[in-house]
Amino acid sequence: MPGPRPPDYLAAGHTIGSWLLTLDHKRIGLLYLFAITFFFAIAAFAAALMRIELLTPAGDLVTSETYNRLFTLHGVTMVWFFLIPSIPATLGNFVIPLMIGARDVAFPRLNLASWYIFMLGGLFTLYAIVMGGVDTGWTFYTPYSSTYSNSHVMAMAAGVFIAGFSSIATGLNFIVTIHKLRAPGLTWGRLPLFLWSMYSTSIILVLATPVLAITLLLIVLERCFGVGIFDPKLGGDPLLFQHLFWFYSHPAVYIMILPGMGVVSEIIAAFARKPVFGYEVVAASSMAIGVLGFLVWGHHMFVSSQSVYAGVVFSLLSFLVAVPSAIKVFSWTATLHRGHISLETPMLYALGFIGLFTVGGVTGVMLATLAIDVHVTDTYFVVAHFHYIMVGGAVMAFMGGIHYWWPKICGRMYPEWPARIAALTIFLGFNLTFFPQFVLGYMGMPRRYHVYPPEFQALNVLSTAGASILGIGYLMPLVYLTWSFFRGRRAGPNPWGATGLEWRTDSPAPEHNFAETPIVTTGPYHYPVQP
Amino acid sequence: MSNTLTHPAASPYSDREQHAVANHLGMWTFIATEILFFGGLFASYSLYRWAYPAAFVTGSKHLEFWIGTLNTGVLLTSSLFMALADLAVRAGRRGALRWSLLATWLLGALFLGLKFYEYHLAAKEGHVPGAHFRLEVPQAPQVELFMFLYFAMTGLHAAHMIIGLGAIAWLLWLNHRRRLGADHDAPVSMVALYWHFVDCVWIFLYPLLYLVR
Amino acid sequence: MSPGLAFAFSDWGPGTASSVAPRVDLIFWTILGVSAVVVGGLAFANLYFLIRYRRNSPAPRPPLRIKTAWLESAWITATTVIFLGFFFWGASVYLFAERPPAGALTIAVTGRQWMWDIRHENGRREFNELHVPLGEDVRLVLTSEDVIHSFFVPAFRLKQDAVPGRRVSAWFRATKSGTYHIFCAEYCGTAHSGMVGDVVVLPPARYAEWLERGNAMEDLTQRGRRLFLRYNCSGCHDQPAAVHAPVLTELYGAMVPTSDGRMLRADDAYLRDSILWPQKDVVAGYEPLMPSFQNVIPESDLLDLIAYLKSLPGRQPPPAGPGESSRPLPP
Repeated sequence: MPGPRPPDYLAAGHTIGSWLLTLDHKRIGLLYLFAITFFFAIAAFAAALMRIELLTPAGDLVTSETYNRLFTLHGVTMVWFFLIPSIPATLGNFVIPLMIGARDVAFPRLNLASWYIFMLGGLFTLYAIVMGGVDTGWTFYTPYSSTYSNSHVMAMAAGVFIAGFSSIATGLNFIVTIHKLRAPGLTWGRLPLFLWSMYSTSIILVLATPVLAITLLLIVLERCFGVGIFDPKLGGDPLLFQHLFWFYSHPAVYIMILPGMGVVSEIIAAFARKPVFGYEVVAASSMAIGVLGFLVWGHHMFVSSQSVYAGVVFSLLSFLVAVPSAIKVFSWTATLHRGHISLETPMLYALGFIGLFTVGGVTGVMLATLAIDVHVTDTYFVVAHFHYIMVGGAVMAFMGGIHYWWPKICGRMYPEWPARIAALTIFLGFNLTFFPQFVLGYMGMPRRYHVYPPEFQALNVLSTAGASILGIGYLMPLVYLTWSFFRGRRAGPNPWGATGLEWRTDSPAPEHNFAETPIVTTGPYHYPVQP
Repeated sequence: MSNTLTHPAASPYSDREQHAVANHLGMWTFIATEILFFGGLFASYSLYRWAYPAAFVTGSKHLEFWIGTLNTGVLLTSSLFMALADLAVRAGRRGALRWSLLATWLLGALFLGLKFYEYHLAAKEGHVPGAHFRLEVPQAPQVELFMFLYFAMTGLHAAHMIIGLGAIAWLLWLNHRRRLGADHDAPVSMVALYWHFVDCVWIFLYPLLYLVR
Repeated sequence: MSPGLAFAFSDWGPGTASSVAPRVDLIFWTILGVSAVVVGGLAFANLYFLIRYRRNSPAPRPPLRIKTAWLESAWITATTVIFLGFFFWGASVYLFAERPPAGALTIAVTGRQWMWDIRHENGRREFNELHVPLGEDVRLVLTSEDVIHSFFVPAFRLKQDAVPGRRVSAWFRATKSGTYHIFCAEYCGTAHSGMVGDVVVLPPARYAEWLERGNAMEDLTQRGRRLFLRYNCSGCHDQPAAVHAPVLTELYGAMVPTSDGRMLRADDAYLRDSILWPQKDVVAGYEPLMPSFQNVIPESDLLDLIAYLKSLPGRQPPPAGPGESSRPLPP
């Protein structure tokens, strides 16, 4: 349409108020991006201190009290204030309306409120940290957390409780947005895979988070009133807590990884110039993971003294939930077959994701195997496994998604070569950090150990060396992305030549996304067939 | 879920019907969340009821049966008036809407008043779990667990009732300012959905707590 | 296991010292082998596609001949079948490892912040050490006095949570003499990583001998040291500590200056008074920070604590207590 261009969303206002009171999903996405980067930095700093402490078998850098506070801080902050909001609340907020051709999410005010709720939860958590920290571990196991711990459990639990409502608000918003605001012609069968995965993620957010909320509330009540809902001395059952906690926290793993799978599907299709192989099955596998993910919580409790038959059932279901994940990996590989592949940074992250997620997946299969799990649960094997999923998987996908949609976010390109070098640094540093931990775990080194027998030292030193490389890898994007936000080369509407509605509008996106509502006539990833 | 039409720049909707349908889906999703929220407590209740059946009967006998029963009637009646309010707003009858909402609000307040009176009686007799709990019965710690679940479940329900009363008061104010009508009934139907949900929770709480005796 | 793997494990493995351990290892190495083939195959396929189908390569890209549905069904079925195989195998070993055989020797294990309290059938008690006979079925009955702990012996591939309010069984049959790590694997608070110990596997005859010898009398100083940790005396009086408190080595029998200028001999009565009424005789140069332990430490524990303090290297050789009272102290 001829006529003056509408202002882009960044130019729509420059005051602080125009950011803090914005109802624009794109700006709210950026608010989330700043917030989670801040929390990531805090949690990463705690991880760095722990890795330095673990250089030697003795506890010589920090006391055991401090160490216990460090891993609790690391876990709580990374899980609830970085990983869970990472892709959904930043990239999801930014691109979901663009990808479905909508002006905004369904409830823009609720969206802004969710950010404030998130920050309020973050403040409570920061308060708990500043006042002296919490030493329960991110899992808050009872009766330690409810009766024995002399740390700021209540403030920390309150922080997580409050942040949970922001998750619920975001999930609710996305469900309604994806259901009701799709552009004409954008049927469910034409929905990009990122949206399928976000839809599944949102359902988990809405159905799992309230259970965590009520569980944390019960811990707080138990601490306040000395009632033993989880304390065996007063007739309670500590295993009830574990059931309720993992009923949320296992699906929460899928909250972290499903969006990553969606991002990777988008990137692979765009850089292989091909539709994702087996689109329907990949979409269905996202939904299957969402549903089955609710039925496997008991695999965290194989040695907890739950019934052995419960263990057998949970083991079987855990193997079944691994099938849809395996399907996705096969489908991505098949997508590369006979594509037109180029290796820009987002693609490097996506390929790194496939590799690391696969390692995390096969070690997950080992953990689902009852006899092996008894030996390696609560050791560094588990630590390595879930870092391969959450850092090797979710964070790699998050980085890939940030680079992929960066032109849409700021209208400029990031510098390609520094970005590629950073991606490789992160990949190498990550493997060097966490692969030795698989070996440590099988050798028997328990997690959350401040001092350890000397035979574990060599592998710990290796892991710490890797962590330093990983740390440098994470600092690099912070520098060049900030630089490119202001000084990068201008990007056109569609620098990757990708399909998808978000690439049909200007970069940065206009304030109301589209000059006029787009109409969809084809399936996703409709790349021209070239011989 | 508020009316985003007042700020046209931010409205993601192309027409009013799309907005209404989105509102409903949002409210139902919220109710799904709420069911899981209460679900954690119902799961705890089931576990301990199964583990300590006798203590739960004892505990139930120490509740004020007449208040629980009366409150069930009060709450169901309030839901009837809420349904009438929904009909009234769609018919555009402001007067009927006002009286129905007022009746709903008063019955809700009566429910809360009775509930807090029951709490007061329990506190006086030392049935509140914690440091001041005293109940000379066998299996006292298990009875205390029942009492804890009773207070947690009805307390959470009461918190929802208070939010509901606030929402009804807001509707009354909107109606007073002539901002509700046949073509603008979304706030009423949203609050009505919520109110009926809170009512449904009570329908489960009443037998689990008062009728297991 | 191939010689190469055996070599790799000889140096850094967790040790293989129970009847279940080789069975667990076999599943582990099998899944690892299958995983390596699958991951290696995928990596190779990805790399091959990246090179052959790079954007400006001339490789032909004709449409796929086979139906995608066939391919998908094939790999869904193959994955599911392999997974089910792993499931049945792992579950069968688990059910074997979880059900104690009849007639096993029973040992009670109680977890407590931060130690393992172990009682044998004849009443012999030991802390953070578990002596067991070689080649016999041993059943542990686990519980906890406070928070959840987890009894973990890597060399046995054995792990079981000790849950307060529950008694749970775990069993093993040791197949190799030696000393193996016990770890607490469930996070249990401040000194979680200190809640470690050793399993000592002895030939049955030596085990019987050990069981009888130790039964005569419990080692008071050992118990005293444990109480010293349990009441967290060590939090201040072990070096290095966060709080400025007197060091207790070379104390018993010495003359101690008090803050009000008296000199006292550190005898049994002095030690006892200092624990129960610490404000009475404050040592010169120290703040009166220590809380009273009156009505906190029962009389029997007090005796053991004092026995322990007397066993610390001192000016005068401490009177010989029962058992191995003069054994060197842990740092």
